[in-house]
Amino acid sequence: MSVSQLIEEAYTGLKSLVIGLGVTGKALTQPGVTVLYPMEEVARDNLASFRGHVELVGKDEDPAVPKCVACGACVKACPSDCITILCPIPAKEGEAGGEVKMGPAPQKGSKTPGAVYVDFSLCSLCGQCAKTCPVDSLKFSDNPYMVRFDRKEFRIDLLARLKRLAGEGLE
Amino acid sequence: MQAFDPTALRGDLASARFEPGPTDDKLILSMGPQHPSTHGVLRIMLELDGEYIVRAEPVLGYIHRMHEWMAEQKTYMQFMPNMGRVDYLHAMAWNWAWAGAVERLMGVEVPERAEYVRVAVTELNRISSHLLWWGAYLLDLGAFTPIMYAFDDREMILDILQDVTGSRLTYSYFTIGGVYGDVPADFAARCLAFTRHLRSRLPMYRDLVTDNVILRGRCEGIGEMDVDLARRYGATGPVIRGSGAPVDTRRAEPYGVYDRLEFRVPTYPQGDAMARYMVRMDELVTSCDIIDQAVSALPEGPVQAKVGKTVKPPKGEASFAVEGARGKILIHLRSDGGPKPYRVKLRAPGFSNLSVFCELSRGTLLADAVSILGSLDLVIPEIDR
Ligand code: SF4
Ligand code: SF4
Repeated sequence: MSVSQLIEEAYTGLKSLVIGLGVTGKALTQPGVTVLYPMEEVARDNLASFRGHVELVGKDEDPAVPKCVACGACVKACPSDCITILCPIPAKEGEAGGEVKMGPAPQKGSKTPGAVYVDFSLCSLCGQCAKTCPVDSLKFSDNPYMVRFDRKEFRIDLLARLKRLAGEGLE
Repeated sequence: MQAFDPTALRGDLASARFEPGPTDDKLILSMGPQHPSTHGVLRIMLELDGEYIVRAEPVLGYIHRMHEWMAEQKTYMQFMPNMGRVDYLHAMAWNWAWAGAVERLMGVEVPERAEYVRVAVTELNRISSHLLWWGAYLLDLGAFTPIMYAFDDREMILDILQDVTGSRLTYSYFTIGGVYGDVPADFAARCLAFTRHLRSRLPMYRDLVTDNVILRGRCEGIGEMDVDLARRYGATGPVIRGSGAPVDTRRAEPYGVYDRLEFRVPTYPQGDAMARYMVRMDELVTSCDIIDQAVSALPEGPVQAKVGKTVKPPKGEASFAVEGARGKILIHLRSDGGPKPYRVKLRAPGFSNLSVFCELSRGTLLADAVSILGSLDLVIPEIDR
């Protein structure tokens, strides 16, 4: 390799390195693009379309009562078996009284759910449950901040959550 | 008790099966499964002579997830979220392949608006996949800054797609006969703003990286592959287009509304790692062109065809191919008339692209193997199905 070639190679090499450094240097003067998470949080409107775990939708006239008619369609549609809906088993004729037993939805004659749980640790956020619900009683919450010490704590009682949220809304 | 026999220590199954070469002065080296440049849990057994690779054999099966078997246990719609896990970087293409195969089986006509939305979101997702590849590839080659720029631009796509689909990575947005929900009102405007922004950033990408001597030195003339080799191994996508063959499923077997859109299929004839790099950089522009056309032509109307509550395709077989960010994705379905598929076969591009690696890496330096592996753009769950 001749000396002029060597010099040319060194020149092009240095030039491209300086250009690259220039681009990086320019970025130093620009504002940051990230959120320093624990100190700041993502803006609320950015979360409006976020799919968190599913939750129940309350009736228009009474937000603390879900629209759900305990048909069990969502339980069947869920690919990961994360929804549990229990409703009271109607007492058979002749054995009235006694405590109310709960059984998986659907139960003949039961139109209101007694308990609704979703196990978020299994959920893949696919939306099948919300899609199949005939009365639009399920939606995604916009709750991204979930930290727990125990996996069992991701089993969320949706009826209690709905009541709590409705209570907060009334204040 | 058996006497201790040091020659019996032959490692695990993979290394025991890896026959040593004819001479015993070669070094057997395991690259991966936790090597940062194998992007996931890919393990490659290497036989080295000094720093030169004599033989390379990928060892698969670290994250085997049995997607095909799982498909046979679930109904057609229940399997949809899995598609986002096969290739987590281009989930939309897999979504489309699954929805398309079932629609073909049932003879469902997808509404016009849904087709355009599908094109737009798939191309957005392709850009985000290419951007991530770009950053990660340069990270493999030792440059840290580019991945930060790539993430900055990718963030805009993720914001748009979050508003459309609700998630940021493993989308499950397609339904049989349409898409899950309509796009927000400002979707078209935001897409156009994004493509304008990305186009203005590309010169910077070129200055910062593409024209850089270090990248050129690491990529030019490395891992040369001619078209015959690529064809023989069934390589698709940017890998074969980097060898000069204009093979693109969007053109070869048009699906959706791709036959109504104008776009160029970029090819580079050199066949080396740089050519594959350039193909992907040009595809960013191609995808921008497609998005511009798709969102400008977005018609009004429903986004979901009338499909019964339970999806029950008639007896028969169907296959559907789409062009993913890594190449041709094909899903072959066989139905026995029940609510679950009878048999499913997924054809993933990553698997064939990886097979080329054994041949490409023979005789190269170990450091060049990293740049070859990166230029193939592998996603491991696709390989380990
Ligand atoms: S989003 Fe999907 S996985 Fe989650 S509860 Fe609903 S159906 Fe089940
Ligand atoms: S599908 Fe809707 S109405 Fe039926 S059980 Fe589920 S939430 Fe209730």
